[in-house]
Parts: sequence; structure tokens; C-alpha cells
Amino acid sequence: MAEYEQHDHDHIEHDHMTIPKYIGIFLVLVVGTILTYFAATVDLDFIFPGANTLVALLIAFTKMTCVMLFFMHVYWSPRMIWLSAVASFFWLAIMFSYTMQDYLTRDPGVFSP
Amino acid sequence: MQDAITAEYSGPPKLNYLNNGFTLKSWLLTKDHKRIAIMYLITVSLFFMAGGLYASAIRLELLTPASDLLQTGTYNKVFTQHGILMIFFFLIPSIPAVLGNFILPIMIGAKDLALPRINLLSLYIYWVGGAFTVWALLQGGVDTGWTFYTPYSTTFSNTYVMAVGLGIFINGFSSILTGLNFIVTVHTMRAPGMTWFRLPLFVWAQYATSLVMILGTPVIAITVLLLAIERFARVGIFDPTIGGDPILFQHMFWFYSHPAVYIMILPGMGVISELISNFSRKKIFGYEFIAFSSIAIAVFGFLVWGHHMFVSGQSVYAGLVFSFLTMVVAVPSAIKMFNWTATMYKGSISYDTPMLYGIGFMGLFLIGGLTGLFLGAIGLTVHLTDTYFVVAHFHYVMVGGQVIAYLGGIHYWWPKMTGKMYSEFWGKISAMLVFVGFNLTFFPQFILGYMGMPRRYSYPPEFQVLNIFSTAGASVLGVGLILPLIYLTQSLISGKAAGDNPWMLPGLEWRTSSPPPTENFDVMPVVTWEAYEFGEESGLDLEGARANESVRTV
Repeated sequence: MAEYEQHDHDHIEHDHMTIPKYIGIFLVLVVGTILTYFAATVDLDFIFPGANTLVALLIAFTKMTCVMLFFMHVYWSPRMIWLSAVASFFWLAIMFSYTMQDYLTRDPGVFSP
Repeated sequence: MQDAITAEYSGPPKLNYLNNGFTLKSWLLTKDHKRIAIMYLITVSLFFMAGGLYASAIRLELLTPASDLLQTGTYNKVFTQHGILMIFFFLIPSIPAVLGNFILPIMIGAKDLALPRINLLSLYIYWVGGAFTVWALLQGGVDTGWTFYTPYSTTFSNTYVMAVGLGIFINGFSSILTGLNFIVTVHTMRAPGMTWFRLPLFVWAQYATSLVMILGTPVIAITVLLLAIERFARVGIFDPTIGGDPILFQHMFWFYSHPAVYIMILPGMGVISELISNFSRKKIFGYEFIAFSSIAIAVFGFLVWGHHMFVSGQSVYAGLVFSFLTMVVAVPSAIKMFNWTATMYKGSISYDTPMLYGIGFMGLFLIGGLTGLFLGAIGLTVHLTDTYFVVAHFHYVMVGGQVIAYLGGIHYWWPKMTGKMYSEFWGKISAMLVFVGFNLTFFPQFILGYMGMPRRYSYPPEFQVLNIFSTAGASVLGVGLILPLIYLTQSLISGKAAGDNPWMLPGLEWRTSSPPPTENFDVMPVVTWEAYEFGEESGLDLEGARANESVRTV
């Protein structure tokens, strides 16, 4: 009995994503890739130096979020899976922020030619 | 229940994981965590021996200041390959993959790990990664140091950098899968009544280690991949001549490799918690503090990697922050040390071989940990960086800590794993030789390093006396490490039957037969006692059973 219930539960979970939805997410990813290309051809430094990188990262982050939430079914997963996903981003943030803590506080004279 | 401890079984051999199939196929396609652990045991032992041979070559070369045994290029390869084999193929997998694999499911009352096929896959990935690395070493080896620092590794080294890197890359997946398996197992496979705060501290330590494995190992994989991209495609990532930054490599490398130190030592601390409490026959002091200190080490261990980079060109501000956090990460380790000591206080201590290793760990890890604070102090470290002080500190933690704990764990669980007792006499002799040999090898290196002897180079003649001490100590250490290979093998052939609970302990692993059956327990256990419960609450008459000690005095 429990096995049947488990099976039904899995079945319902998989129904969250239908073929049209998969195709929709795929199209979002394709548009994201095209956007990344065109954003790279425009010099956005007039906003602030490094704006191109920020835009590229924002698009990449959006695409990655789509993959994670829908292709990987995190959106419909238990809270423990959410916690794991958030924790891995937290750890990535640690790596980036502590590394930048070095780069942003260096004496520019030391490494400049 | 008491019968399970004391009864002598005289019928035909019980079906257990060892006699449940003898064909090669039954081993190579097994999903039994115990058989997989045994295959890991054999493989990591081979890597340990290979790494030990390289260590012997290093110590022989350093017997004199001149390069009379190895040419300089060969010497670079020898210390590099010693580091790579020992760290990636012995220290990281040994306790989790051997002892964790074998004991963790039994300790929590599970039939197996949650993902048995993934467990077998993990072993195969380890074999493939190891084989790839060994092939690369046999082809000519690598000379970058185990740290693969750029730009030497990307631009200048003409050795098998990428082949070895690929071996490490592959091996990382084994580590990730093992960690994943342990986390899922602890969450989903605990026996009825086995609450989180009844888990043995070895399980808490393995759980914390698994978190580090999963969160850290992908970063080293990416780092090696970026190194390959730069080396082959000349994309500027780390090489400043093409727009890269070599210090970025160090950030990425140490983001994994410092927590990797905790992958190595945390499981060892778990073993020591078992040994100290059980051989003091006393409930461990401050269970919750020890459990959460493992988690704290896993978390804070990710915040201190910059202390490997104080003189790399990293900013002074970053150095200050990393120095402060390094002092913070010492606190949970100190909590463990204090609690182990408090556990022994007024305990009924028995000096069996595993306990000798346990006590040895406490002394050696104390020295290793405290000298780490010297190296974490941002001023003093400028003098000590890249000297033998660092080599000594690292070996006090890794050999004095992890290897000693691993040996203690092997001796402790050997009767359970094999159903046989080894010679206590030779066990104690070996433990003492390892302790004496280890100190004779590495303590002089603190003095040498403080006096300015650089690592990875030769040395001026005035340092020779201490180097002779060190090499002599390495010989004693070598004998101490070879002895277990002999008497443990001998025990398999002619050792006395161990019985189910030779140490008279309350843990779940001691309530099943030795060797355990394929499904670990004949009947699913229901846990009604706290961890390390030696009183009547454990449901066993441990003191009565302990009176029958004949099995232990071989």
C-alpha cells in the first residue's frame, strides 16, 4: 500500500513539468544565450567599469536558476533540498566574497607594472 | 542480549559478509558496504606503501646536504609524488572510505548505505583515478609540488601535470559520492530509536566530513579544469603574461585544500572520540559540544584558506582577517581535546592497542594544532613560511593525527571486520615504535625550520645532525608501520576468534556477530540507550562480561 502511495506521489511530482513547460524553459535558456552574445558586443563601461561582466553574470545566474528550479525539480522538492541548494550558493558566496576581500584591498602599486 | 556478548558459538560457520560468496565476481560486483570497505582498505594500503617509499627516498636523500642519492629534478618529483599519493589517495579516502564505509551503517543500525550502487561506483572511480595517476607517475611523473602552483604548473613544467591533474579530477568524484552517500544514509537509514543525539560521535564526524567533501571537492575539480584550459588553450586565467593572476589559483586551490585538511582529520577525531570514551569505559564528557564542534570545524574550515597565502602577495587586510579566523577555528578543536581529557579523568582506562593510539593522537595532535597557531600568526609566519617548520606542523597533524587515528581505528574495529584478534603484544610494540619514531622524525624538523631550513631544497652542513636524527626516526617509524601489516595478516591466518564483543562495549556494532552478516543484523535493532552508555541502561551486563578477558590477552 505504502509503495503505491509513494508511486502516486512521484507521479504527481513529475506531472509538475509537462513537455510544453520543458520547451518553454529551454527557450528561455536559448534567449539567455543569445542575449549574452549581444550584451558582449556592446561596451557598457559607460555605466561603470566592468558592467559587461555583471550583465553576463546576471544572465547566467537567471539561466542557472531556471535549470535548477524546473529541470532539476527543486521547485517541487522538500525543504531539505531547498536548504542544500541555498547552502551551496552560500558557500559559493563565501568563496567569491573572501577572494574579493583580497583583490579589493590590495595596494594597487604592488601589482601594477 | 547478554548472550550476544559472552556466548561461544560452536556450530558450523555462520553466514557472514566474508563467506557469502568467494568468486572474484562476488567481490567486484558486490553492493555490500563491508566488502567495498575491504577493497578500499587494500587499495589505500597500497597507496600508503607507495607514498611511504617516496618518503623513505626523501629522508635518505636528506641524510647529507649534498645531492648524492637523487638528482635535483628527481628529488622534485619524489616529494611531489609523495604528497600527491599520500594526500589524494591515502589521507582523504582512508578513514571515510574504509572505516566509515564498514562501520557507519552498522553503527546506526542500517542494513547498508542508502545508495549501495553509488558506493560501488565510488570505489571504481577511485580505482580509475588512482590508475590514471599511477600511469602518469610511471611515465615520468610530475615535479610541481602537490600544490600545483601556477605559473610553474601552467607554463614552465614539462612533466605530466595534466595527466596527474586528471587523475585527481576523477578521484574527486569518488570523494563527492562517498560524502553524498553518508549524508543520505545518516538522514534516512537510522534504526528505530537512533536519534541524532544517540549517534556515536564517529558518525557525527563522518557527517561533518561529508559536508566538506560535497561543498569543497567540486572547487578543486574546477581549478584543475581551469589549469588545463590555460595550459592547453593559453586562455589567461592564472598566468599574468596573458592576463591571468597566479594568486587566483592559490585562492581556488586552498578553498578546497584547506578544508581537505579537515576531510583528513575530522574522521580521525571521530575515531578518537570512540577510543577515548570506550577505553575509559565512561560516557563521553560533553557529547553535544563534541558533536557540534565537528560541524563548527566543517563550517569554519572554509573561512581560513588565506592563511596558506600570507606571503603570496595577498592583501594585508585579507591576511588580517584570515589570521583572526584561523585563531577562531582552533576553538572547536580545543573543545574536543578538553572533552577527551575530561572523559579520561576518573575513567577506568585500559591500555589496549587502540587506546595507545588514542592517547598518542592526543599528544601529537596537540603539538600539531598549537604549532598551527604559530603559523596562523601573521607576523611570525613570515619567518616560518616555506621552512621545515611547516613540514613538521603538517606531519604532526596528518601523520600524528590522521594516520595514528586510522591505525587506532583499524586496530579497534579489526576484530569486528575480520572476526579475529591480533597479537596485543605486537600491537603495543608497534604503537610505541610509531610514537617514538614519529617524534624522532618530525620534532627535529620544527627546530630545523625555525633555524631557517627551507622545504623542498637541500640544506647547509650545519643542519646535518638534526637531519640525521630525522632520518633515523623515519627508520623506526617505518618498522612501526610495517609491523601491523605482518601481525594483522598473521591474525587472519591463525588469529584467535574475537567473539562478537571483545572490548565489552555498548555500541551497536558490538551487538552483531563478528564478522557481521551481510545485512549487518539478524533482527533490526531498536535503540533504547544513549551513546556510550556503560550502565544497566545499555541493556548489557558489560562489567560481568568484561571479567572474561581471556580472548584479549593473546
